[in-house]
Amino acid sequence: MVIWDSSVLFDHWDRYMQGFGQTVLASLLALIGSLIIGTIIAILRISPYRWLNVFGAAYVEFLRNIPLLVVVFFFFLGLPSLGIPLDGFSSGTIGLMVYTSSFIAEAIRAGIQAVPKGQTEAARSSGLSYVQSMWHVVLPQAVKVVLPAVGNQMINLVKNSAILGVVAGLDLMYYADLISSDTFLPIPVYTFVALFYLVLTVPLSMAVHYMERRFARSNA
Amino acid sequence: MKNGFTRTFKQSVAMLSLIFILVLAACGNNATGGNASEGGSSSEAGGATLAAIKERDKLIAGVKYDTKLFGLQDPATGNVEGFDIDIAKALAKKILGDETKIELREVTSKTRIPLLQSGEIDIIIATMTITDERKQQVDFSDVYFEAGQSLLVKVDSPITGLESLNKDTKVLAVKGSTSAQNIREKAPDAQVLEFENYQDAFTALRAGQGDALTTDNAILLGMQQQDPNYHLVGGNFTDEPYGMAIKKGETEFVNVVNELLSEMKESGEYDRLYEQWMGVKPE
Repeated sequence: MVIWDSSVLFDHWDRYMQGFGQTVLASLLALIGSLIIGTIIAILRISPYRWLNVFGAAYVEFLRNIPLLVVVFFFFLGLPSLGIPLDGFSSGTIGLMVYTSSFIAEAIRAGIQAVPKGQTEAARSSGLSYVQSMWHVVLPQAVKVVLPAVGNQMINLVKNSAILGVVAGLDLMYYADLISSDTFLPIPVYTFVALFYLVLTVPLSMAVHYMERRFARSNA
Repeated sequence: MKNGFTRTFKQSVAMLSLIFILVLAACGNNATGGNASEGGSSSEAGGATLAAIKERDKLIAGVKYDTKLFGLQDPATGNVEGFDIDIAKALAKKILGDETKIELREVTSKTRIPLLQSGEIDIIIATMTITDERKQQVDFSDVYFEAGQSLLVKVDSPITGLESLNKDTKVLAVKGSTSAQNIREKAPDAQVLEFENYQDAFTALRAGQGDALTTDNAILLGMQQQDPNYHLVGGNFTDEPYGMAIKKGETEFVNVVNELLSEMKESGEYDRLYEQWMGVKPE
């Protein structure tokens, strides 16, 4: 039995590239979306209005405590039966977006709350408005707690995008399954898939490390 | 400390040896069981199987236990039921005059030919496609079920068959299946979306994620019964006829089986069984 055969990469290069492109696109869209939604939810969670807090908390607790697959199936199988048709790519990307946004919201909230209350109070008493004190005093200090945590969520998001393969989202994982069942060579097929994911995640991971070091220095 | 370790180590070795011995014993039993029944019915001359069935006063049929509509074990009662099973019963009735004089043995696609050749079963009635390759190893009866790849669509779908598939139609299939490859060849314009398994593909079809689902008609017939809002269209576009398999050279037995099939078709018994299991009349 053949176990390793590098030619699967070249013989199926087009399908790998097609899938890789969709994976990058889905990750980018989900990333931008989840940063926006995550920030909004974090603001809701720390806002002075109680019902906004409750909504933000419910959003986070609900989404981050159910499996990603269930979220994606809701969009893929649930919404079409309610008359909103979403194909595999869209439902996978949207599912990934809302799921990740709950983690990002938590990271941002934790970062902001890690800044001691005295900082806001001091800023406010020196005559800065609430927004000014947030912008000039709290957020710059929150960033160093938030960025590495958000960076980790980005890496998770790229890896989690493999969920698209289950709903025929035409991503890297979807094509890998097809190539694997065509060639009967799962080991090389999925090894190359791993390399493609690493091409995306290793630079992200290095960026997170760089930021961690940089902010650690500025702290001193 | 060291003593404690030695003791646990010795205990582990003892346990492992015990397990090993038990496993060996179990294997040994199995092997003897197999040999015994093989000895019981393996005689090589033509017509020997038929004679053996009559002498034993029981037909031993190899059937599937896990295939909807053809041979499926009901987990509650333990009974195996299906189209294949009823054909087997009819055969027992023809040979021995009593449809209860039958013993069902579970076979899989992998085990059925070896079990037939070792004489553990008299006949394979287990969704087995007649192929030239298999004809080298066994003799086949006439076709008793026209299996082949077909399309399942919503009852009100405009799709009537292969020719309706175009670049705007999404056809759902199972990842890496032969049916997925076939549909790409036969309807090159259609978009093919592949899922992990048949149930996932059918769920996606019902959620409106595709216009048609393609695989073997036997599987589609089961889905059609599960949800009557879906039906098969366009007939089969591949040809994978099922036959019953008998040990090579047993011409007399093959003739009896074929005789039974034509009798059943004449009397309407075949159509009745077909409709009972497949939910539709044979084409």
